[in-house]
Amino acid sequence: MINETVTEKNKSVLANVFNDGLNWVDQRFPLTSNIKAHLTEYYAPKNFNFWYFFGSLSLLVLVLQIVTGIFLTMHYKPDAALAFASVEYIMRDVPWGWLIRYMHSTGASMFFIVVYLHMFRGIIYGSYRNPRELIWLFGVGIFLCLMGEAFFGYLLPWGQMSYWGAQVIVNLFSAIPFIGPDVSEWLRGDYLVSDATLNRFFAFHVIALPFVLVGLVAAHIIALHEVGSNNPDGIEIKKLKDKKTGIPLDGIPFHPYYTVKDIVGTVVFLMVFSVVIFFAPEMGGYFLEANNFVPANPLVTPAHIAPVWYFTPYYSILRAVPPFPGVSILGIPPSLFPGVAAMGLSVMVFAFLPWLDKSPVKSIRYRGSLYKQWLAAFVVSFIVLGYLGTKPSNVWGQFGVWLGNADRATVVARIFMIIYFAFFILMPWYTKKDKTLVVPERVTG
Amino acid sequence: MSDNHNDEHLASSQSDQASSVDLEKRNFLIASSGVGALGCAVAAVPFVLSMTPSERAKAAGAPVEVDVSKIAPGTMITVEWRGKPVWIFNRTEDMTAELHKHDDQLIDPDCTVESQQPGYCKNTDRSIKPNLAVVVGICTHLGCSPTAKLQPKGDMGENWTGGFFCPCHGSKFDLAGRVFKGSPAPINLVVPPHKYLTENTLLIGVDTEDKA
Repeated sequence: MINETVTEKNKSVLANVFNDGLNWVDQRFPLTSNIKAHLTEYYAPKNFNFWYFFGSLSLLVLVLQIVTGIFLTMHYKPDAALAFASVEYIMRDVPWGWLIRYMHSTGASMFFIVVYLHMFRGIIYGSYRNPRELIWLFGVGIFLCLMGEAFFGYLLPWGQMSYWGAQVIVNLFSAIPFIGPDVSEWLRGDYLVSDATLNRFFAFHVIALPFVLVGLVAAHIIALHEVGSNNPDGIEIKKLKDKKTGIPLDGIPFHPYYTVKDIVGTVVFLMVFSVVIFFAPEMGGYFLEANNFVPANPLVTPAHIAPVWYFTPYYSILRAVPPFPGVSILGIPPSLFPGVAAMGLSVMVFAFLPWLDKSPVKSIRYRGSLYKQWLAAFVVSFIVLGYLGTKPSNVWGQFGVWLGNADRATVVARIFMIIYFAFFILMPWYTKKDKTLVVPERVTG
Repeated sequence: MSDNHNDEHLASSQSDQASSVDLEKRNFLIASSGVGALGCAVAAVPFVLSMTPSERAKAAGAPVEVDVSKIAPGTMITVEWRGKPVWIFNRTEDMTAELHKHDDQLIDPDCTVESQQPGYCKNTDRSIKPNLAVVVGICTHLGCSPTAKLQPKGDMGENWTGGFFCPCHGSKFDLAGRVFKGSPAPINLVVPPHKYLTENTLLIGVDTEDKA
């Protein structure tokens, strides 16, 4: 009896201390109000489905990459003479170094997997549409940053693929008319990819881009929490609110509902992640290429060069576009510029989606078959271009003389490249023409 | 009393400011912002220039001297200049004769693009001496190093007249580094600036006009 009262008393003392402490902080920093605004009183639509795992998973992978990256820099040497050996040192001599490095290298590929799925979610449910254009644009910025991170990071192990991949990509800039060669020399800091290049790529990879990336992620989330989340029905839940509380009728607080849901997603993701790390960290050459286990040699090019899988759709487009003819036109030297421009456009075109889509509905659930066919064609194009980008252009042999002995794979890549771009360019037309369904007032299952 | 007066004065001047623009202040703000922006741009210059090739990198790009007397006809050597492979190959008479026969298969047989060779190599052989060719062994497509297939035919097929084949994307070049039609490479290989110091001593990286 007496004991119980004492415990009760202790509890209330503890609660008071906690509340006093919280008050002390809240008067100096908006802690409680931020927790409310972003978690406990951030109302998200109640009908989130499978596709809504990939936003929080992207954040998880970002944290994993930053943490594993910090520990890798403790042992890595950004020096052309030492880099390759220091990575092998991490793999063989540093306690648990192999795990941290494999987490980082696998994390890069997983990052692109979850981000591609996250982007696909945005496309099918029209999450880029008014009023979420800025969220989408911040997202495109994040995607570009991520590509930069992947490219700069890939040079660091200083293997053959690192070296020649960087050589090829930096050379893409020299295709820009007039200023190109100077730009690529400036990027390299030398007349060829060298120690100077490695050192600056290290700086970009570990400090410059991560800062930009984290800033963009913050802007992405702040903008999202300002306008509220979209949902699989593409309905604005803020239109119908409880008259007394002002809470959207179809909204539930992010915490605890979606934090708990995302923990399930996290657990499943970590299971897949672990299987890759422990059983297939190289993923048959798709996550880590075999040639990158050979130290960089500026005088010998490997017989087959391909970027890592997440770049291959754009790389296919680069290869598919023929160069300017071999004579000067209007003083512009013959160059790869058309291919390079097409590749750049194939990435940047995502930024225009909010203004290309003229459909009266947002979600694929209420769109007609015309849009669905175009989307399916785009997905197939993306995958086929991605596959072809991992292969040499003569992988399927040549057509006969009737087509000038053209590489079959190149012709196929050209066809799918046209579909890829048509998905975007014709979007204002087919989204308007599409027969859409009536969107309900309230969200469905 | 005086307080009240001041308040009224403040209020009226505020409403004046709201209705009329103080042009002097605005111009001052525009000018000072401009000067500030200019200052930032100037301050950025050292940072941008710090990324250009350093003095050490430039020194490493120094000319390379090569003794060409030991290159037998029909063979080649590779030397490193600015970290790039430079091929020096000694063409036989058959090989140089062949160079004049396949102009119609080339993208730019007459070497019209100025940047790809110095003026003194703007000829069919693309060389100073008809037999000795000096070419940077970097494909003009995306910078891979092509493989030498100097002899005709062989694994390159019946129509191959000798030259170079790029393993990356299949570009083909003849024995003067000129690109064959149908290659992804848009233009001929680069002939670096070079000159002969003596009969057999070749200097790569500097030419007669001393242009590095």
